[in-house]
Amino acid sequence: MNFGPTVYTLWLREMKRFIRNRGRLIGSMSFPLLFLVVLGAGFKGVFTYRHDVSYMEFIGPGIVGMSLLFTSMFGGLAILWDKQFGFLKEILVAPVSRLSIMTGQTLGTVTSSMLKGTVFLAVLVFGGLVTFHPLGILLALVFMFLISASFVGLGIAFASRMTDPQGFQLIMNFLIMPVFFLSGALFPIDQLPEWLRVLTRLNPLTYGVDGMRYALGGPYQFSPLLNLIVLLGFWAATTFVGTILFRKMTA
Amino acid sequence: MSSAQAEQSLSGSIVVDGLSMKYGALKALENVSLKIDKGELFGLLGPNGAGKTTLISILSTMLPASSGQAFVCGYDVRKEEAKVRQSIGIVFQDPSLDEELTAQENLDFHARLYGLDSRTRRVRAREVLRLVGLEDRRKDLVKTYSGGMRRRLEIARGLMHTPAVLFLDEPTLGLDPQTRRNIWDHIRALKKSVGTTIILTTHYMDEADHLCSRIAIMDRGKIVALGSPQELKGSLGGDVLEIEVVNAHEEFTKSLNQRQEVRDVVAQDGRLILTVERGESFIPVVFETAAAQGVGISSVSMRTPKLEDVFLKLTGREIRDDTHTEAKDRMRLFMTRKRR
Repeated sequence: MNFGPTVYTLWLREMKRFIRNRGRLIGSMSFPLLFLVVLGAGFKGVFTYRHDVSYMEFIGPGIVGMSLLFTSMFGGLAILWDKQFGFLKEILVAPVSRLSIMTGQTLGTVTSSMLKGTVFLAVLVFGGLVTFHPLGILLALVFMFLISASFVGLGIAFASRMTDPQGFQLIMNFLIMPVFFLSGALFPIDQLPEWLRVLTRLNPLTYGVDGMRYALGGPYQFSPLLNLIVLLGFWAATTFVGTILFRKMTA
Repeated sequence: MSSAQAEQSLSGSIVVDGLSMKYGALKALENVSLKIDKGELFGLLGPNGAGKTTLISILSTMLPASSGQAFVCGYDVRKEEAKVRQSIGIVFQDPSLDEELTAQENLDFHARLYGLDSRTRRVRAREVLRLVGLEDRRKDLVKTYSGGMRRRLEIARGLMHTPAVLFLDEPTLGLDPQTRRNIWDHIRALKKSVGTTIILTTHYMDEADHLCSRIAIMDRGKIVALGSPQELKGSLGGDVLEIEVVNAHEEFTKSLNQRQEVRDVVAQDGRLILTVERGESFIPVVFETAAAQGVGISSVSMRTPKLEDVFLKLTGREIRDDTHTEAKDRMRLFMTRKRR
């Protein structure tokens, strides 16, 4: 069936909604910016991890990861709103494959999520908070893509199983927030108590944030290759599960 | 006949053969069979939960039936899903527009999914928007639309890819009377100008009566009657007398029911609804009988049968647009039915 045109159709819709809704755009960008500026300035004095790295420089890549995590998960969960507003039926009754719908939805959300993430990346670069190197930026973009695509898949997986937007708040509190706080975005993980370090190491976002730190000349912990492998695995897993659940879903 | 000719002749037709749908112990559809010809404006009439939407979901390939077969335009809904989907348009019971897009963009999105090229998309959008009278609002976001306009846009969208069959699931649900009339006019105009087979579900009797050339009355997953509105109403054979009684009327009902002229008696909410031959000459009989038994009558009215009466006769219940239907069922005093 017409795979390409369907993917494009869904991507196009996502872009139109992205550009049109300024309120949502500003809303989704202000939260990470608040973290960067307020926490960055607030914890400046108490941060003694490394003397050559300020706290704002430390959390910079973490804030990019935060933005990607939130916008990607929300984007995947947006299927819930389409369910709620009935638009999903219109999509699902069309003579197109589920896989093409899922791919289009994913690409659309990854695009909008990456655009926002890139704005933060630009803020870091122009604010002198990270080391600028063209190859480094390229590698950071690769990590950003993997983070975004993985969490969109996870969002779609959850949205496929949920029937009403009530569960949205649950996912926010018990999944998105813990994943963010336990990702090493806000603190160095090698100084954590043992139980917290275990949790952090189990969190895929940790490897994404660490990979970006490496790419942007920050204090990283793991080998970039390990980071890449973990994220690729996570991406494959969430896409696989997301696709299966999305296929089974009824509008 | 060549296969192309066969396809041509089947286009717009629907054949349902022994279709059943079970959700656990609940039978949403029970052995439903039906034939609908090209160009018909066919009504599925019944209360909420009668199985109308289930039937449409199966015909539109959204739901696999438990057993039985169904063909849309000659295509098996189970085996030729894509072909069925390409040949049908649907207006769902609940709203299904993207409010953050304009009318034009909603149509364009739809047309792209159905594989229309850019020229056809433009031409068709203009045509269908004109059909529902929305061409001057096409660049407005759908969230600025009223309920009636949204409904019209959904109908227009269902027609974008020129389907041979259009399903309208409760097209006027939740709309005010004036808007309903307006939608009816558009549906009628559609039938005249487009020639699409239209299958409409409704629980509004007047809607089915006004619009449809044929109606299947559904109740509890079964088709209980099938025919044109005239045929269905004619099947009652007589006039309808509504008698409001003041006191106990069990005996009264019985004696009325024994009369030759009476075809059917249903007691409901303190009223007796009689189907009788030559109603005008039966009214005196009613009063005589009432006087003899000491029954007080507060009013009598006579009318020609409505679809409501047909449904009432077939099921012993009224179709109601509210959730009290069940409670009223239980409150129903009693009912007698005479078979001939």
